Amino acid sequence: MDDFAIRLDGVSKAFDGRKVLDDVTLDIKPGAGFCLLGRSGTGKSVTLKHIVGLLKPDSGHVYVRGKDVPSLPARELAEVRKSMGFLFQSSALFDSITVGENVAFPLRRHTDWTDEKIRSVAKAKLADVGLEKDYDKMPADLSGGMRKRAGLARAMALDPDILLVDEPTAGLDPITSDEIDELLLNLKKKGTTLVVVTHNIPSARHVGDELAMLHEGRLIARGTAEELDGSDNDVVRAFMRSENAG
Amino acid sequence: MLERVGGAILAALAWIGEVALFAFRALREAFLPPYELREISRHVFEIGWRSTPLVATSGLAIGIVLSMHTRASLERFGAEAMIPSGLAIALIRETGPLVTALLVAGRVGAGIGAELGAMKVTEQIDALEAAAVDSFKFLAVTRILACILAMPLLTTITDFCGIVGGFLAEFTVSGMSWDLYFNRAFSLIQFTDFIPATIKTAVFGLIIGTIGCYLGFTTTQGTEGVGRTATQSVVLSSILIIVTNVVLVRLIFFLFPANA
Repeated sequence: MDDFAIRLDGVSKAFDGRKVLDDVTLDIKPGAGFCLLGRSGTGKSVTLKHIVGLLKPDSGHVYVRGKDVPSLPARELAEVRKSMGFLFQSSALFDSITVGENVAFPLRRHTDWTDEKIRSVAKAKLADVGLEKDYDKMPADLSGGMRKRAGLARAMALDPDILLVDEPTAGLDPITSDEIDELLLNLKKKGTTLVVVTHNIPSARHVGDELAMLHEGRLIARGTAEELDGSDNDVVRAFMRSENAG
Repeated sequence: MLERVGGAILAALAWIGEVALFAFRALREAFLPPYELREISRHVFEIGWRSTPLVATSGLAIGIVLSMHTRASLERFGAEAMIPSGLAIALIRETGPLVTALLVAGRVGAGIGAELGAMKVTEQIDALEAAAVDSFKFLAVTRILACILAMPLLTTITDFCGIVGGFLAEFTVSGMSWDLYFNRAFSLIQFTDFIPATIKTAVFGLIIGTIGCYLGFTTTQGTEGVGRTATQSVVLSSILIIVTNVVLVRLIFFLFPANA
């Protein structure tokens, strides 16, 4: 069990009687690039929120480095969360503070570094996503794509072991999208475990060692991009072909 | 019909229970580390200092109006000399605390509800949790404590400005000096008038902070929900303040019989 960075074991979750995850079991090795695919509303974001402990499963278990996340006491859960970065689909930047302070926020909360060092690290993280000049801007002054990149910089602030990213390239132009992919690949090379929820098949092929597809709450395919291309399942094949349709 | 009424009453009681548990949890966690002193002082500034112009202006206007009404009544009995003390008692015991609470409920309660509601629907509260920050403590406890701390201070400002307003009205009509007005105003006031009435506003602060935070944390349905939360925060805080005031006044009379 402890050989995996993340393991979901028979996880089911329903909202208002509608089953969003149905007996999902998967495991992700440390340092892997794992891409979760699927149409909108199939439970991909819900899966990520289970991993970080924002949602508790109705049944099943969610393990992060062997620890059963839903049953952890608050203090231990906080420790697990400190080792993870999370990019939300909506970016979820704190809109009352500047972009730079958003990135600095985890550093101020969880390190005893000087203000100077925190600002310098936050600026470096913003530079990684091409926003070095936007430290003092408010989130409302950024475009959707820039907010996404700022959210990614915040998720990377503490150099987490595990990075959960929800639609990292949505709303980005192709060049920036490629840059984000390269950034994620570099993180993976440094040993960060990546869990990427995406609709962007080329991006998934590039970043993911392994891909999995959720359909109507169930995990219907798992493997390399080539294995999914040759899947027996029509839905999987159609989804993998959809890259050319944009 | 009876079933529907019963259901509504049960739902209301369940809601009150949830809000009460939210308030108890906030008060309990206020005594547990981390204390988030930076956030608390920031909110005391936001809630307290930024409400000062509103409560000071209102206090001044209320003092003037109360003075005019009191004069109109007391003049008939040749008791104009009682105007300063009558006004001070009315302001300090009741009008100041209640008016301040309702004003702050309008300005701050709506603000807290809307801010936290917007944070909820844009996943900012989830982002705090994902960053290993206790969102309840960071967002709710700090705001509730700030409301509790700011309310007595704001009430004192309202009281003072009300007395100054009363003096301005009296000075315009009768030319009474500030020294004489001040002496008469405080001739009948005792600490038992000021302290319990001002401390009770801490309870009003608890109500304003709790309702705003609770509704903010439970906001759903996007921006429409945020608007509804802001409105409900003001309405529910105001109702609860008025009802709680009745209980607190009775309690003060019980504890300080001289005030009755």
